[in-house]
Amino acid sequence: MKNLKQHIINTEESVITITGLYKSFDDLQVLKGIDFNLFKGENIAVLGKSGTGKSVLIKIIVGLLKPDHGEVLVLGKHVDQLKTKELDALRLRIGFSFQNSALYDSMNVFQNLAFPLTMNIKNLSKGEVKDAVEEVLESVGLKDKLKQMPSDLSGGQRKRIGIARTLILKPEIMLYDEPTSGLDPVTSAEINELINEVQQEYNTSSVIITHDLTCAKNTGNRIALMFDGKFLKVGTFAEVFDTDDEQVKGFFNYNFIQ
Amino acid sequence: MINYKTRKYTISKGLDDYFTGIHKAYIFTALFFKEAFKRPFHLREVINQCFEVGLKSLALISLTGFIVGIVFTKQSRPSLEDFGATSWLPSLIGIAIIKALGPLVTALICAGKVGSSIGAELGSMRVTEQIDAMEVSAINPFKYLVVTRVMATTIAIPVLALYCSFVALYGSYINVHAEETVSIISFYQNAFKTINFLDITTAVFKTIVYGFTIGIVGCYKGYNATQGTRGVGKAANQAVVLAMFLIFVEEVMIVQVSNWMRYF
Ligand SMILES: Nc1ncnc2c1ncn2[C@@H]1O[C@H](COP(=O)(O)OP(=O)(O)O)[C@@H](O)[C@H]1O
Ligand SMILES: [Mg+2]
Repeated sequence: MKNLKQHIINTEESVITITGLYKSFDDLQVLKGIDFNLFKGENIAVLGKSGTGKSVLIKIIVGLLKPDHGEVLVLGKHVDQLKTKELDALRLRIGFSFQNSALYDSMNVFQNLAFPLTMNIKNLSKGEVKDAVEEVLESVGLKDKLKQMPSDLSGGQRKRIGIARTLILKPEIMLYDEPTSGLDPVTSAEINELINEVQQEYNTSSVIITHDLTCAKNTGNRIALMFDGKFLKVGTFAEVFDTDDEQVKGFFNYNFIQ
Repeated sequence: MINYKTRKYTISKGLDDYFTGIHKAYIFTALFFKEAFKRPFHLREVINQCFEVGLKSLALISLTGFIVGIVFTKQSRPSLEDFGATSWLPSLIGIAIIKALGPLVTALICAGKVGSSIGAELGSMRVTEQIDAMEVSAINPFKYLVVTRVMATTIAIPVLALYCSFVALYGSYINVHAEETVSIISFYQNAFKTINFLDITTAVFKTIVYGFTIGIVGCYKGYNATQGTRGVGKAANQAVVLAMFLIFVEEVMIVQVSNWMRYF
């Protein structure tokens, strides 16, 4: 399977290019010079302990936060310089899976999934909406949960519905914020599997934010190790962790002793 | 290391926060007027929210209105009896309820029930990132959540206030009817006898202002909630306190202005 994945990655074409990215909140410096490339079809796992600014990084990619300094090119567009309309058009091509799923808790599963679709594409028939919802539910393996409220779902199911909700707009880029946090190992493994399936089925390029080594190893074609607002190392899992660097080894040991 | 952003307080932290807070609230309100007249209008959501507002407060408003009517009549009767002027009771009640009590009671109840629930709802949507989720799906959360709710309170609360006045007058009628023989029709006729067009316009205008205030304050506090679940409670609480404060200030100002207009 890993081999299959290597084939679809196109290292000629970058979908996200970030250079010299800085971001701070008041006195707190969070990002201190991030540079990286996400190739078309690639999954990159950004690994780092909590509070290093991983979420801030993907929120900048999708335009929820503005960079202080640096260049953020997503699908060829400078995210921080777009007008509202252009930004919305770009966002339709990006899926964002939130750390706590962020399902609309006043709506049931069907309404959650249909909402982004009906709000963005006018004049869809009821049948078309239903088909699209069922298709993404099928992709995440939760076809029977149509009428449930988010509060009645388990953590893993909420994550899946959250992912389904972004898939319904057929994104080219997926951004996952801690997809396995708060889940048991078995459910985590299922989510990792799902992330890989999404990459294959929907032909997406993804950034997977995580502090979970297993998740990074199983979903990332490349791994970016983030430390104190910077990328310490970027490469395959072996390249990153085959090292004598104390900080890197510390992170590795910490994760596996736990 | 280069620090790209250093910031110092202009006066002091407290005063800076106070003035930037006012500025933020102003920007928020201005954004409402900018977005309210642009497509898409989300009419169905506005109607939904109107029902929400109505259903949430209808029972309490009915009860309170009714009791205010009865109690106010009971309390006023002895004073008028001293002058042998109990026949003025309906007019007095009419003025008190239609011009002052109906709108004010409704506004305060809605500030408590509707304002706090808007603050809590949007606050929890903010801290659980549901608002961000809308934004990244290219849906304008300000339009979908804020504009619809403010529209709904601005439409529904005047209607509720009108309803409250009628219920209060009915409560009053029951008390009056127990003591004197008067038909409900002539009671309402008497109640409205001293009310002129300016009074009605002022009362309706007042409730529109209150409705807008309750909606925009609840949305503002909820939409800008921070600090996780604690922030949700804070948003709901502050929404009520601030809305009630503003309602009293507006009441005084509107009464003053409408009294000036009376002499033109
Ligand atoms: N909107 C914000 N305002 C102020 N500080 C923030 C904001 N978002 C994140 N931070 C701070 O930035 C730092 C990094 O946050 P985050 O990116 O969420 O970390 P993580 O790597 O765990 O995802 C934290 O110290 C956090 O407090
Ligand atoms: Mg995070």
